[in-house]
Amino acid sequence: MTAIAHRYEFVYLFDVTNGNPNGDPDAGNLPRLDPETNCGLVTDVALKRKIRNFVTLDKDGSTGYAIYMQEKAVLNNQHKRAYDALEIKPEDKKLPKDEAKAREITAWMCANFFDVRTFGAVMTTGVNAGQVRGPVQLAFATSVEPVLPLEISITRMAVTTEKEAEAQSGDNRTMGRKHILPYGLYRAHGFVSAKLAERTGFSDDDLQLLWRALINMFEHDRSAARGEMAARKLIVFEHDNAMGNAPAHVLFDTVKVTRAKQEDDGPARSFADYRVKVDAEMLPQGVSVREYL
Amino acid sequence: MSFGVRLEIWGERACFTRPEMKVERVSYDVITPSAARGILEAIHWKPAIRWHIDRIHVLNPIRFESIRRNEVGGKLSPASVAKAMKAGSTAGLATYVDEDRQQRAATVLRDVHYLIEAHFQLTGRAGPDDSVGKHLDIFNRRARKGQCFHAPCLGVREFPASFELLEEGALPPEPAAGVELDKDLGWMLHDIDFADGMTPHFFRACMKKGVIEVPPWQAVEVKA
Repeated sequence: MTAIAHRYEFVYLFDVTNGNPNGDPDAGNLPRLDPETNCGLVTDVALKRKIRNFVTLDKDGSTGYAIYMQEKAVLNNQHKRAYDALEIKPEDKKLPKDEAKAREITAWMCANFFDVRTFGAVMTTGVNAGQVRGPVQLAFATSVEPVLPLEISITRMAVTTEKEAEAQSGDNRTMGRKHILPYGLYRAHGFVSAKLAERTGFSDDDLQLLWRALINMFEHDRSAARGEMAARKLIVFEHDNAMGNAPAHVLFDTVKVTRAKQEDDGPARSFADYRVKVDAEMLPQGVSVREYL
Repeated sequence: MSFGVRLEIWGERACFTRPEMKVERVSYDVITPSAARGILEAIHWKPAIRWHIDRIHVLNPIRFESIRRNEVGGKLSPASVAKAMKAGSTAGLATYVDEDRQQRAATVLRDVHYLIEAHFQLTGRAGPDDSVGKHLDIFNRRARKGQCFHAPCLGVREFPASFELLEEGALPPEPAAGVELDKDLGWMLHDIDFADGMTPHFFRACMKKGVIEVPPWQAVEVKA
């Protein structure tokens, strides 16, 4: 596989309606908030998880597209069998002393696993060659405006244990909580390094798959907690040069998200309340922009 | 410093993890020379040169924020990869995230802005084609255009760094209001000696008028 020849940056906009895009384990699963601005946050790893899950569904484990970091839900249960067959030696914690062999191992992982090739992975302790640094990097996604988390109480017409039923003398009702955002538009920034892609073999096909994953991943991540999530815009900047032709922050600044009606300061409740503008004239030389969505 | 460079870097968040608090990461108050070197290397580096950080200017107030995330605990062993290579199948070679879940908090910096002053030296691996001027030109050209080998980051890769070259002769930016200009930051990681079994070296970081003077790598005040 030939690696990509250009550096890329991308701006990714997605929204949530009546759902929780990313729970905060520190705050009882409330949607993550930036305490200084009250803007919502979605971590980079939350987005990467969804990209991995989409690729698993899309490629269905075909050669070269295995996923190393698996979620139980998508496991095809060969785990145990293969584990026994492989008889992993526990004392072998360090990378082989032989550098050529170490390279071979890393190369094989890159060739076979999409997520190792894309995001990198830490394999083994000790020698540096066991670490793969992937070409694709995402930053935290932040909501465009402050969001309002709501706590919704819900009831369940059943109890879990006999004891609970007795305590309620047969009423059998429990209450729970759901945390939702009525609406939030989130903006994420991403980076693709052509030079690191050379090392892992991240190809143009892989790049197209990444775009496809970003566009479609929420369609396959429906759940009671998420509500309605959707990818709204994927704006990709391509540099002519592998090293890049302009600073990333200059490119990100050309994408402006504003309210559709400037005088409207009421709460936003749909994507129609926002306007996205790419200032193509402001683009530096050698950079082209493309909207995939 | 005839071939020094000055690079302004900033970002929304940063985590320069203290080695003594790595499980639930806690950042140092400011960027370490090691992390600053990583940023310069992200823009330009060859085995023929080695970057040395001279000074760090702290331009924004030091503020923290806490973030807890789901992470995994384990790493992949090369033996299992070797076995899978022999078997010619990726079956079973995976980390099951649910089985290896760790929730970890990170105390990270908010809205950081630094000016790094640095220079480089040629190493023993410099060939006849390597001259100081050549590498300096490459770095300056790239930094001026925003080019980089990979996106530089502020300690960890989820916190990207924006950068801009401060041209020769230009005045360094003034620290923002509210910056505590004089502060003893205690012992801080200088860098890791990769040539000597990855021994960490530490130095006493003191901020004077917003500037941290980084002692040279070989200096006596740098302790392993």
